[in-house]
Amino acid sequence: MEKVMRMASGKGVVMFSKSTCCMCYAVKILFNELGVNLLVHELDHDPEGREMERAIMRMGYSTAVPAVFIAGKLVGSTNEVMALHLSGGLVPLIKPYRVMS
Amino acid sequence: MSSQSTRVAASRMMGIYEPSHLISMWGESVKGNGSPNTGVSTIVGVDSELDKKLEETSNGALAPSKKYNKEASTLSNKVLRRLAQNREAARKSRLRKKAYVQQLESSRLKLSQLEQELEHTRQQGVYVSGAYDTSHLGLSGSVDSGVVTFEMEYGRWVEEQMRQTCELRTALQAHVTDMELQILVRSGMNHYFDLFRMKAAAAKADVFYIMSGLWKTPVERLFLWIGGFRPSDLLKVLVPQLDPLTEQQFISVYNLEQSSQQAEDALSQGMEKLRMTLSETLAADLLGAGSYASQMATAMEKLDAIVSFVNQADHLCQQTLIQMVARILTTRQAARGLVALGEYFHRLRSLSSLWADCPREPV
Repeated sequence: MEKVMRMASGKGVVMFSKSTCCMCYAVKILFNELGVNLLVHELDHDPEGREMERAIMRMGYSTAVPAVFIAGKLVGSTNEVMALHLSGGLVPLIKPYRVMS
Repeated sequence: MSSQSTRVAASRMMGIYEPSHLISMWGESVKGNGSPNTGVSTIVGVDSELDKKLEETSNGALAPSKKYNKEASTLSNKVLRRLAQNREAARKSRLRKKAYVQQLESSRLKLSQLEQELEHTRQQGVYVSGAYDTSHLGLSGSVDSGVVTFEMEYGRWVEEQMRQTCELRTALQAHVTDMELQILVRSGMNHYFDLFRMKAAAAKADVFYIMSGLWKTPVERLFLWIGGFRPSDLLKVLVPQLDPLTEQQFISVYNLEQSSQQAEDALSQGMEKLRMTLSETLAADLLGAGSYASQMATAMEKLDAIVSFVNQADHLCQQTLIQMVARILTTRQAARGLVALGEYFHRLRSLSSLWADCPREPV
């Protein structure tokens, strides 16, 4: 759990993912589209990945990945990210982390 | 109303029955009535005008018989008795005929109900039977009960949607209060949420069934995107019906369209990635002895992921609706929007029906 929070804090937009997860890929595409420099952490490539998965799920999510943190705070999984974006609430949150191209 | 029952109804009023096949059928049932004067009662049963005449005649016969002597009165007693029997037989005949006609009418009603049901099921389910042909799709042969449940529920869902759309349209035209409109709008929204719930359950049972859109009519399938409609497609249908929008509303709608498009693109690319990795997984080591079992296991996991895409696509639809109705539109606009959507879906289905009924033989 600590590792999760440590990895998420102070690093802008962080997504915990798995290299085999296509939904994670979709969320990554969305953030790229929005011009965000997304920090992706593949749990299946992390020795403590299993524990981190469990920690995320204990926060109330049926799937551990994707899990998106913005400015150290947990935004949620795909559902939450999509809903936030449609409501217009995602862009203000990521504004400081956008890379203007 | 069929011509047959129109005639019956009309002739009931006029008291004259048309000699159609109704009568010949009626004649059949009258034959075995055990009345002593079958000849007379048959005619009487069919023609009520004659009935009246006979009544008059028998009443009239009472007067002259009193003038006769005892022999004559005995004779007239027989006549009286016979006439009474005739009347009784005629009455019974009329009752039987009434019951028969009522039976015919209720059967006719039942028939038209069945025809409607059949048409409806044909629209919704004819392509299912094609897909569940085991040779066609390689399925194990037994129809999934989750799919059967969905089929039934979806049929009812469509009917309810049409009813609600009508009700909402009527309410708008009747200029009911915003509060009353709000109640109807809420029902409409909940109805859509019901559909998404139903689809999620069906996707769990058989995701390919949902993905293929077999449960939809052909024309709807043209617009199929990850097992449903694209939210931005629906917005494009909806927005022109909502004029006039305030400037703030216009901006909000535009932003919603943008966000929706971006989310859809992301999901589409995710699906594409899924297809690619599935293909790669299966295509590895095709000519070798290799790791068939583990490849298959990995591929199976990929298939599970399709369910989450279907759910996410529906989630997008749901969120788009919620944003429009709860945040951007007024109650009245939301009501008009729901009517517009309902009508649009109805037209897609109707077009499918029209197309199915149109003969397409080579010239």
